[in-house]
Amino acid sequence: MAFWRRRDGAKRRRFGCLPIFLTVLILMILLIVIIAWPRAMPQSETLPAAVAAPRPVPLRTVQSFAGIADTDQRSVALFTEAGRVIQHPRCLNCHPRTDSPTQTDAMRPHSPAMARGADGLGLPTLRCSTCHHDANFAASGVPGNPKWRLAPIEMAWQGKSLSEICKQLLDPGRSHMSREELLHHMAHDDLVGWAWHPGGDRTPAPGTQQQFGALIDAWLKTGAKCPS
Amino acid sequence: MPYSLSINGKLHSVSDPGQTPLLWVIRDSVGLTGTKYGCGAAQCGACTVHVDGQPVRSCSYPLASVGSAQVITIEGASGPQADAIRSAWIKHEVPQCGFCQSGQAMSAIALLRGNPSPSDADIDAAMSGNLCRCATYNRIRAAIHDAAGNVGQGSA
Repeated sequence: MAFWRRRDGAKRRRFGCLPIFLTVLILMILLIVIIAWPRAMPQSETLPAAVAAPRPVPLRTVQSFAGIADTDQRSVALFTEAGRVIQHPRCLNCHPRTDSPTQTDAMRPHSPAMARGADGLGLPTLRCSTCHHDANFAASGVPGNPKWRLAPIEMAWQGKSLSEICKQLLDPGRSHMSREELLHHMAHDDLVGWAWHPGGDRTPAPGTQQQFGALIDAWLKTGAKCPS
Repeated sequence: MPYSLSINGKLHSVSDPGQTPLLWVIRDSVGLTGTKYGCGAAQCGACTVHVDGQPVRSCSYPLASVGSAQVITIEGASGPQADAIRSAWIKHEVPQCGFCQSGQAMSAIALLRGNPSPSDADIDAAMSGNLCRCATYNRIRAAIHDAAGNVGQGSA
């Protein structure tokens, strides 16, 4: 008995090429229809910013301290508010207690490694001006200012309390400034002013330089008292 | 607005916007491709050129700031220090992939001009802004020491 025959003698159903061809043809037509079916093409759209732009943080005005009747307490309160600027990374990064600056809001060590040099402008063989120029440069993200430099080591602020910084500011031996010069530095110095216009995704110092200068002015006029 | 700038002693007139990094002016507009693009953020030193003798990262230097300054690229580096660096670089087979080497050489030339006999610490400090992914730092340092002893003695 031929092995392709069933026991009951019924013939096995046989398929010709035509049904297979037709099936393949139908599948191909279906595939073409699916691929060619009109659909909305992706449109260009604005991508969300990878890094959110820093939001300006306000600074209290001098007038808002008028309710503090005691002059000494008001003076301390004014300086404490100004301290939010003084101890901001934009200021502290260039007032290091070592010979190397820090950078970013995290105040990490500067990359590449830099040394202050004799004039605070870097070593003769690797100056700040190798990378930093007269203005912030958007193409590279490198900040800049015509006066770009480190504060002298006597003016180191990093690692110090606001009270220590306050006493240091008032000591001409360390600040190298009279009170008038100190006020001018805080209120009008162009490099200090960079802290409010740092460019890129850097967080600006709180308030404005004008508000900060007004706080320092009011602090000096109320006796320049330091927080304990 | 067209800018006229001196590169390797030759005046070039370019029409790039003033905020174009000097690197792209040198490479794309002037066609000197020895200066390399590494990071574009003044972090690696591959794009180092000399502007009035000072090494600068050309990726972070706007065209508008060049003015009448003399720009020297690796193609135009010359003088006894450049000759000594070139010879030492060949002698010590400093480059591996070579991509960072034009920047390394420009920084090394500026170092020797400012410090004829640098110590290891001087070299590390001056070259800290030039990164090498192949880590050829030891050969760079050896070549700079070698070059320092051969400045003014002609090519090897």
